[in-house]
Amino acid sequence: MIDVIHIVLFTFLAVIAIAIIRLRDLFAAVMLMGIFSLLSASLFTVMDAVDVAFTEAAVGAGVSTILMLATLSLTHSSESTRYARPRPMALVAVVLTGAALVYATFDMPRYGDPAAPIHHHVADHYIEDTDDEIGVPNMVTAILASYRGYDTWGETAVIFTACVGVMMLLGGARTFYRWRHREEDEPEEAGEAS
Amino acid sequence: MIRHVILRALSKLLIPLIMLFALYVQFHGDYGPGGGFQAGVIFGAAIILYALMFGLEAAKRVFPPRVLEFFVAFGLLLYGGVGIEAILLGGNFLDYGHLAHEPVHGQHLGILLVELGVGITVAAVMASIFFLFAGRGRSDV
Repeated sequence: MIDVIHIVLFTFLAVIAIAIIRLRDLFAAVMLMGIFSLLSASLFTVMDAVDVAFTEAAVGAGVSTILMLATLSLTHSSESTRYARPRPMALVAVVLTGAALVYATFDMPRYGDPAAPIHHHVADHYIEDTDDEIGVPNMVTAILASYRGYDTWGETAVIFTACVGVMMLLGGARTFYRWRHREEDEPEEAGEAS
Repeated sequence: MIRHVILRALSKLLIPLIMLFALYVQFHGDYGPGGGFQAGVIFGAAIILYALMFGLEAAKRVFPPRVLEFFVAFGLLLYGGVGIEAILLGGNFLDYGHLAHEPVHGQHLGILLVELGVGITVAAVMASIFFLFAGRGRSDV
């Protein structure tokens, strides 16, 4: 039964991915990317990774779709197409890379295999000792916030840096201008969101 | 500002619930799925929904960009501050066990504060980025 769900979801994912590549209407492409994220979230849920699914649904299907739409409202909603001549060498390179990646997956342990190396490095320690050392029922939170606190600290710093970058690119000039001309009388902006 | 009455009435109803759900995800992250990052994104989404429905200017009056900028840095500093506090109390950086008399209580406290820091930063970042994108092209730069 669970295999059927996997197959259906993965088929939908592949179909949507191909549709996104072929679409020239960027608005529709953004919507499909939201659906792609939602399907990924469903897949993560089926694989019992609810925390990841939660993040994917909130970020991928929610906020990033909104940000994409905000970007589209600043630019155009249709892709400017320019057909280049077909390049056989590029196709060969892509197919070879894809084949190598598929070949590499044969060496990977089966999905959910309890004997896989990844489950025996530090996972045993986490599973056995989280209750005594951290005392938090949600093991994912214990790992993310405590055992791997450095990583999460770094991730938060990355988000902070991204925001600073966007501020510099989109809002920095204006803020600097305001700061320089603070004493001068400037009219309040009267624009409203659409 | 858009005039769709149904959308605006519904979003008025939904925004408080979304914010409440964000707080639930934030503080229930120790017990169920969720945590600071997800909660921050959900809270940011509530702010974005408000801005979409009632206009950028109204949203900027409720959540002034200056205040959001403060919270962008505050969350990260709260996280780092917990780490420094752990050093001052005799542990390693981000070693929450030293934050309370019992290591497990310290871990609880540390995780709560750290997740709160992540949540504050992420919510403020999401709202700030949306405000910057949405405000682009309608002001004299």
